[in-house]
Amino acid sequence: MFLIHCPHCGEAREEEEFSYGGEAFIARPGKPAEIGDEAWGDYLFMRKNPKGWHWEMWGHATGCRKWFVVKRHTANHTIAGSWTLTEGRKVYDAEATS
Amino acid sequence: MTSHRIDLPCARIDRSQPLSFTFDGIRLAGFVGDTLASALLANGWRMLGRSFKYGRPRGIVGSGPEEPNALVQVEAGANTIPNLKATQVELYDGLVARRTTGWPSLRADLKSLGGRFGRFMPAGFYYKTFKPEFAWRRIEPLIRNAAGYGATPLDADPDLYDHQHHHAQVLVVGGGAAGLAAALAAGRAGLDVILVDESSEPGGWLLSMPNVAIAGKPSGEWLSDILAELASLPNVRVMPRTSAFALHDLNLVQAVEQLQDHLAPAARDSTKPRQRLHRIRAGRIVLATGAIDRPLVFGQNDRPGIMTASALTTYLNRYAVAVGNRVVILTSNDYAYQGACDLAKAGVRVTLVDTRTALDLAWERKARGAGIDVRAGYGISRTHGSHAIDGVQLIKLDAAGNAVPGRAPYLDCDAVGSSGGLSPTVHLYCHDGGRPQWDESRLAFIAPATGRARSGIFCVGALAGEFGLSGALEQTWIIMDEVLATFGKEQARERTHATTTEMTTSPAQRIFRVPDGKREGHGKKAFVDFQNDVATSDIHLAVRENYRSIEHIKRYTALGFGTDQGKLSNVNGFAIAADALGKSIPEVGTTTYRPAYSPVTFGTLAGPHAGNTFDPRRYTAMHACHAKRGAAFEPVGQWLRPWYFPQGSEDMHAAVKRECLAARRGVAIMDASTLGKIDLKGKDVRELLNRVYANAWTSLAPGKCRYGLMLDENGMVMDDGVTACIADDHFHMTTTTGGAARVLSWLEKWHQTEWPDLDVFMTSVTDHWATAAVVGPKSREVLAKVCKDIDLSPAAFKFMDWREGTVADVPARVFRISFSGELAFEVNVEATYGAHVWEALMEAGAEHGITPYGTETMHVLRAEKGFIIVGQDTDGSLTPYDLDMAWAVSLKKAYSFLGQRSLTREDTARKGRKQLVGLLTEQPDVVLREGAQIIESTDIKHPMPMLGHVTSSYMSPELGRSIALAVVADGIARRSPEGVKDGRDVLYAWARGDAHRVRVVSPVFLDPKGERQNV
Repeated sequence: MFLIHCPHCGEAREEEEFSYGGEAFIARPGKPAEIGDEAWGDYLFMRKNPKGWHWEMWGHATGCRKWFVVKRHTANHTIAGSWTLTEGRKVYDAEATS
Repeated sequence: MTSHRIDLPCARIDRSQPLSFTFDGIRLAGFVGDTLASALLANGWRMLGRSFKYGRPRGIVGSGPEEPNALVQVEAGANTIPNLKATQVELYDGLVARRTTGWPSLRADLKSLGGRFGRFMPAGFYYKTFKPEFAWRRIEPLIRNAAGYGATPLDADPDLYDHQHHHAQVLVVGGGAAGLAAALAAGRAGLDVILVDESSEPGGWLLSMPNVAIAGKPSGEWLSDILAELASLPNVRVMPRTSAFALHDLNLVQAVEQLQDHLAPAARDSTKPRQRLHRIRAGRIVLATGAIDRPLVFGQNDRPGIMTASALTTYLNRYAVAVGNRVVILTSNDYAYQGACDLAKAGVRVTLVDTRTALDLAWERKARGAGIDVRAGYGISRTHGSHAIDGVQLIKLDAAGNAVPGRAPYLDCDAVGSSGGLSPTVHLYCHDGGRPQWDESRLAFIAPATGRARSGIFCVGALAGEFGLSGALEQTWIIMDEVLATFGKEQARERTHATTTEMTTSPAQRIFRVPDGKREGHGKKAFVDFQNDVATSDIHLAVRENYRSIEHIKRYTALGFGTDQGKLSNVNGFAIAADALGKSIPEVGTTTYRPAYSPVTFGTLAGPHAGNTFDPRRYTAMHACHAKRGAAFEPVGQWLRPWYFPQGSEDMHAAVKRECLAARRGVAIMDASTLGKIDLKGKDVRELLNRVYANAWTSLAPGKCRYGLMLDENGMVMDDGVTACIADDHFHMTTTTGGAARVLSWLEKWHQTEWPDLDVFMTSVTDHWATAAVVGPKSREVLAKVCKDIDLSPAAFKFMDWREGTVADVPARVFRISFSGELAFEVNVEATYGAHVWEALMEAGAEHGITPYGTETMHVLRAEKGFIIVGQDTDGSLTPYDLDMAWAVSLKKAYSFLGQRSLTREDTARKGRKQLVGLLTEQPDVVLREGAQIIESTDIKHPMPMLGHVTSSYMSPELGRSIALAVVADGIARRSPEGVKDGRDVLYAWARGDAHRVRVVSPVFLDPKGERQNV
């Protein structure tokens, strides 16, 4: 049971206030009609499912109802941080390029 | 029975407060401070139950949560609690307890006859014997009855339970010497500290060892001094009777505090909680959970009167009970010596049988000095006695612990204690993934003090393998330096408690199963797990039958199952399995330790979240109106909705028939308030609707409504409902009753993650509006009587229009929409006016016999029209095309709506998908079972191809016959409006052995052109 920091509320709260939203930063294809079944299937179903650091979405369901991103280690449940979608994207992109 | 109570002033019982209690109806005496177990032993009680499988006599083995045998039922009626361990039940005046096993009586147990045939009941007996299912079905209830254990209370739980959340800097689990020292170190450093201890008073093993001094003080004085100092620190909270039963991720510990169980029922305060769940989130956790004495396994080691050596010591020193007058202590180590000396000092005749041929000289000298008969190089091969131990047969052992042929003495005795070493209580440490390490020199699985699996968890004392008092205190000191450093703090430099008068102990001999000179399975049964009757021979059998993983051996033999969770048996079982497998103990490893460490009541876990505070019941604003009219209600999600309105002696069928006909031929009224409602505002609402619904919304003008199908990204229907355009930037969306919260979350997630640029504000207004649907050919006339400011004429107020006005003198939004296929008006008013408007409509409709109806009639009416209910006729695997609802899909929108692309995926577009159809039975009075399987022929062969299933099925009063909706493979092509078409439309609906011939038709059974709603 995690203690999750909501970047919108600015508070760490019990996991039961939140709902899980799966892997973060899966962009919806801009023109779905122009891509094949395989690429659409990748968007729908394929997830990284890593043993290790994972960027994922959490929604503060019984709080501010905002979605945000959390970087969590799936093997030992360490939480590296949580960010708004915009701020998290910057950190995520910086990690990807470094 | 003679009293086994002795005079020992340092014991923790209060002789000035005698108590009376009954066990199995017999009145007995004890003292404040006793447990039920210590009081029973003081009264000379030996046998408390019969074993699970063989019905063998069993008695108390341990002195705490490790107890496998002494399961008792406490109190009666709604207050009764089954399967409490007598070793953990605090005695109070008037306590009523009884055995949970043994039938018809303890002494003459029928199952013990089975015990004589024990060799026919090996491990895996149940799997082997009762494989034929028909046999198992008959025999299982008999076995369950015989297996027994306690009875659950039949009445509702009358007690209150409570939850508390804590955020401590340091949580210490375990109030023994190490735990107290850890709490003191953290407390003196000014940190917020919580210490939990499962016993009635902190102290742990110190309560059982008064004859040792710490820092120059007797242990009892050291204990009271440290507790006094802890009590004086405002930042430290010491919680006795609080058992930490689970350790979760990120340093969350759950503990249950027994608040009133130790009080007599009459003294309990029913306005206060009986037990409290503490959820403690701690910066650092210091585990000081100690260790449990591990019994040696020997032939007939389960006779009442045989217990762990430490239990004998605890009963003596803590409770002033000498369990026996002539005691044999069997040990492989030095830890048992101090207790043996204490027993001898108390006047008990003690024989110390040590499996080692070479003893520790200091301890041997001390024991002999105390008058103990010490026998080195012996074990016990078997025991004697009927319902209690009366003698043991020794066997000579060599230095390696193997049996040596030849004669060995037989000793008379009335109690036996055994010790094979200490097993650290590693359970909590392992709950979140930590693995214990086997330490061959200590012969124990220990939790490493360093190299922890999780940050912030520290292990001190016996848990970390420091079995001696001095070593444990010194190690705690060192670890607490580390703990405090993480807070930037330091300990005071003077060590106040690291010197003790405890003698050093040398390592235990590596022996788990004491040999009896026979091949395993040929001698007397030697039990590893008492609660599940698992003997050494069962583990060997499992290995012979090729079980290799300890997890499988556990499940095959039931080793470590049960309410004690193998606290005494696990390590012996692992070691014996390792020997049988020819592997080392670390190679075999341990089974997985999972929460809960000890049983927790459901009441505690639920806490205040029971009944309405767990899942609140929701009532509409018109509920009282329905109750007044005698409605039968049914729960729909959290809502309680009218199901039907019986009149006089009507049953449901009669009532539904009357209600349906009223709606079709006159006028009827339904409470539709539970529909989910979402208020949408902003300049981009239209675009949002275009994206989340399959339909197009661009042209929907103010004053108009439209039915929408909502798909998930896989193209499957997830919700439906009517949305009204209030203004260009303001819409009123309705959802299914059950989907309201889900749809709002769905919209919010897309808005926040993919479309933050859309100017939309969403508000759930489900509870803000009350809705009455006035339905039937006469509905216009009825509404007209209470609504004067809306032109209700067909030309001015068309189907799928909505108007704002006044109904019964209150502001209203009236929607001309229909879920029945009839002319209908849904009147929405502010919820507080709901009852008022309902009554006004009832009054206005009285002259036409307006008939209130519930969900059952609503279902029949909509099914007659083939209107789906999402979640009943759909199951998340149907597209709009599968439902033959292409009319609700617009492929011309600029934005590819949610799910659109999936509609052309290979699997979504293939032939042979299940599709919505109507079914007509050959016999019109047969109503199919919902869920009935659709098959092509009644020639049943396995596997039988399943074409689909019935989703809705009713008797239609209007049509005078049964109707059903179903999803059937290729169903749309199978439909035949005009009659049999090459036989493909004839199928069978099969349920519970009955197959009914059905014809596949359109799901619209009534008024296919929709003329009735357009009048």
